[in-house]
Amino acid sequence: MKKMKSFVHPYIPNSVPEVKMKMLKEIGVKNIEELYQDIPEKLRFKGALKLPEALPSEYALKKHMEDILSRNQSCKENISFLGAGCWQHYVPAICDEINQRSEFLTAYAGEPYEDHGRFQALFEYESLMGELLDLDVVNVPTYDWAQAASTTVRMAGRITGRKEILVSDTISVDRLLVIRNYCRPMVSIIMVKHHPETGLMDLDDLKSKISSNTAGVYFENPSYLGFIEPQGQKISDIAHENGALSLVGVDPISLGVLIPPSHYGADIVCGDIQCLGGHISFGGGQGGFIATRDEERFVMEFPSRLFGITKTSVEGEYGFGDVAYDRTSFGVREEGKEFVGTHAALWGITAGVYLSLLGPLGIQELGKTIMQRSQYAMKRLSEFKGVKAPLFRSPHFKEFVVDFNGSGKTVQQISKYLLLHNIFGGKDLSQEFPGLGDCALYCVTEVHTKEDIDKLINALGDCLG
Amino acid sequence: MPWVIVWVKETVKMKTKKAKVRNFHQAKWDEPVIFELSTKGERGILVPEAEKEIEEHIGDGIGVIPEQMRRKKPPALPEVAQMRVLKHFLRLSQHCLGADLNVDIGQGTCTMKYSPKINEEFVRSSQVAELHPLQDESTVQGALEIMYKLDLYLRGISGMDWFSFQPGGGSQAILTMASIIHAYHEWQGESSQRDEIITTIFSHPSDAAAAAVKGYKVITLYQGGDGLPEVEALRKAVSERTAGLLITNPEDTGIFNPRIAEFTKIVRDAGGLCGYDQANANGILGITRANEADFDMCFFNLHKTFSSPHGCGGPATGALGVRKELKDFLPVPVVEYDEEKYFLNHDLPHTIGKVRSFLGVFPAVLRAYAWIMSLGAEGLKEVAHIAVLNNNYILEKVKKLRGASAPFAKGRHRIEQVRYSWQDLSKDTGVTTEDVTLRMADFGFHLWSSHHPFIVPQPFTIEPTESYSKEEIDEYLAGLEKVTEEAYEDPDKVKNAPYSSVVHRIDHSTLDDPEKWAVTWRAYLKKHKGQK
Repeated sequence: MKKMKSFVHPYIPNSVPEVKMKMLKEIGVKNIEELYQDIPEKLRFKGALKLPEALPSEYALKKHMEDILSRNQSCKENISFLGAGCWQHYVPAICDEINQRSEFLTAYAGEPYEDHGRFQALFEYESLMGELLDLDVVNVPTYDWAQAASTTVRMAGRITGRKEILVSDTISVDRLLVIRNYCRPMVSIIMVKHHPETGLMDLDDLKSKISSNTAGVYFENPSYLGFIEPQGQKISDIAHENGALSLVGVDPISLGVLIPPSHYGADIVCGDIQCLGGHISFGGGQGGFIATRDEERFVMEFPSRLFGITKTSVEGEYGFGDVAYDRTSFGVREEGKEFVGTHAALWGITAGVYLSLLGPLGIQELGKTIMQRSQYAMKRLSEFKGVKAPLFRSPHFKEFVVDFNGSGKTVQQISKYLLLHNIFGGKDLSQEFPGLGDCALYCVTEVHTKEDIDKLINALGDCLG
Repeated sequence: MPWVIVWVKETVKMKTKKAKVRNFHQAKWDEPVIFELSTKGERGILVPEAEKEIEEHIGDGIGVIPEQMRRKKPPALPEVAQMRVLKHFLRLSQHCLGADLNVDIGQGTCTMKYSPKINEEFVRSSQVAELHPLQDESTVQGALEIMYKLDLYLRGISGMDWFSFQPGGGSQAILTMASIIHAYHEWQGESSQRDEIITTIFSHPSDAAAAAVKGYKVITLYQGGDGLPEVEALRKAVSERTAGLLITNPEDTGIFNPRIAEFTKIVRDAGGLCGYDQANANGILGITRANEADFDMCFFNLHKTFSSPHGCGGPATGALGVRKELKDFLPVPVVEYDEEKYFLNHDLPHTIGKVRSFLGVFPAVLRAYAWIMSLGAEGLKEVAHIAVLNNNYILEKVKKLRGASAPFAKGRHRIEQVRYSWQDLSKDTGVTTEDVTLRMADFGFHLWSSHHPFIVPQPFTIEPTESYSKEEIDEYLAGLEKVTEEAYEDPDKVKNAPYSSVVHRIDHSTLDDPEKWAVTWRAYLKKHKGQK
């Protein structure tokens, strides 16, 4: 008898020729090709895949990958003031210790009987977020803030039976692009102006645009541009008076020092959890949350998994499982609410670990130190002639717009100069908000030491002369 | 060189070990909910306080917050010391069987393959973990190179012309395909007329659901006697209202539709676009492609076929490929190369905008790239071959299990998975799929039923991938055999399972009752413990 012998890759155990032969024999075929009997000749790919030569030894692969990755410069060896929805915060060692556990990293969709821990960890995540937000219902994470906001808007449309959403025009343009695509052609988006001096929502403009077609008013607090919007209750009241919902996007890490949106009338709250124990990972650490009150009319409109606590057949034992599964697309396909699939669960578990570590005092102290450091940065930046920080005359949290219009240099020139000094300047806003001219969005968190900020100031001093 | 097949004459006798289930018991810590571990005053981590000079300059920093916006009462998070937080979540992890511990072949449709550990080292390095998506392009050339090259590789694997890695999972990739279909017809001036999308019942639920998000009426083709959607049914379904087709192949039954090119032709002739859901691509890598079947676009799940770990349900990537005619509709930005440097192109005239923030889930892109680099062209084909070999081996064995069957395509081979049925077992013994899945947990295994609706009665779906050795597969099969034997001999034993799991049978009634469901601990305390 002839036998096949071939190279056996470590990832493919049954390439062992003897094993292969044995399995073929069990199936009753001579070769693997016979198993593809249903794929007609004309659909067959004839050529060889155009791929580089394989690097099957782990060492060779490691060398190759390290070589490519060495062409990156990270925020570890540089000082970065980039934020704009992806924020550099300190990641406690235990967050990574937990999220790299094989048990969590490689689990997927098991039943509570194999994956009780996954259900409990995500239930705890929901519960911890519930405390932060002072709301009773929080979803298993969706993709990111942009998706969370998109779903928030669509939920409002379904709850009210209306098809227009008013959105504050200080929202991130990228986030708005996601929302627009997600809503088209079912829900239309109308922008509400801001006051140019303070950044705050122009309530007159809101009142002039809100109508019986309005499903909800969406705004962010702190806003994308960093300022705190103190008119939350007024905006919510205007929405409610018109039969619309108040929809608020929030940076959860601000909620040690800022009241949660549920305290100023928000009906649906959303945002990103990357800041809660997640790395920036070139934008791969994002995860979105959506939260509401525990009312059936809200709960039944969530597309996401909602893990709930229940009992089991053994007295006193906690069990966990899906709440109202039949509202999901897993249950009823296109009759479900939007869709559910693979989103960002691991970052939910991570955020749960983070909030457990931080505790009530930690979240307060964190908010305080971020406020102090960002104000210090603004104060120092404002010392330069022709530089205004913040641009908007409002209190800010973590991020702020720096106005370089009077400095004689463009944001691009400044950022280029800073880069030479191992500093990543804030995000250039000239594309997103052309009306602002040469402005940049700077982000300062607890990771920015006084020394880091002073280095920025010194480099800017040299740059601006 | 390594993949050259050599024919040798001698035979080597392999010992056959009789597979048996193991005497398993999952860890059971009876672990409380984190809030129950709280002791006032304990700290899990301290944050870096502002330096003295900053404090002197700024004061407490929070005085500037308008009074009505100040949070005075801190959120009621638990207060737990660091080691206890660690211990708590480690215990929860032990209450979870990932693919690394499980023979995770019972989660059909999900391609639970090995996620190489070396790739975790890469994504956790500071060159990835501490990379900001808005950095100057000159500082992220390595990351952009990986994205660009993976795009090239996937072009080869699919025959498509351009990829986007922005979608954060398969469902979001389906939404992106539906969005492109919509934008395309809008550009053609036909978006209001073309308001129907066609899919099949054995395609993923999101093929129907994401189309509905874009406002489409969904037409679902059901299977004919051979388990496949029928060409005649499609002919009747298409019209001037057809916007597009969203379909998997092989479908979740593991049956490859040999007439798929007729399907795409019928839809294209009717003016629709064809989107290929390639969530089930693991058995056809290097064998057949979206291009040969005349699709306009397709997507691969990098967290399934291309080895990025599933992470309890994400983060993930649905890598979306389109023909060059549709490149201008892709979400922005796309990564390009000008022979000197890699750069982001935000300027696509018909772009649908964005579907996810920034550039998608780069760590998943990186892992897929590294996985392909490790295997190469022949290796990818070997992945497909062995995935199909393993699947058909299991098919032969499951068919022989008492009470199990593999509906449709009798006598045919399958591609990478099979949707089986316990209908006979259920009729004979009263033991349902759910009962079997719970009993399998006692042997350290997961068995998933299937997506709804249960067209196949008492369904279960097994997809072995290329990752598990024959011995592991045999052990899993021994588990199934043991449960079926028990079902016939002592059905109550199965119906009362599990016995060796972390928990016992869960009361689902609470979870569907608005008066009783509790999605958070605070809701639980209010609804079940009488707290205000």
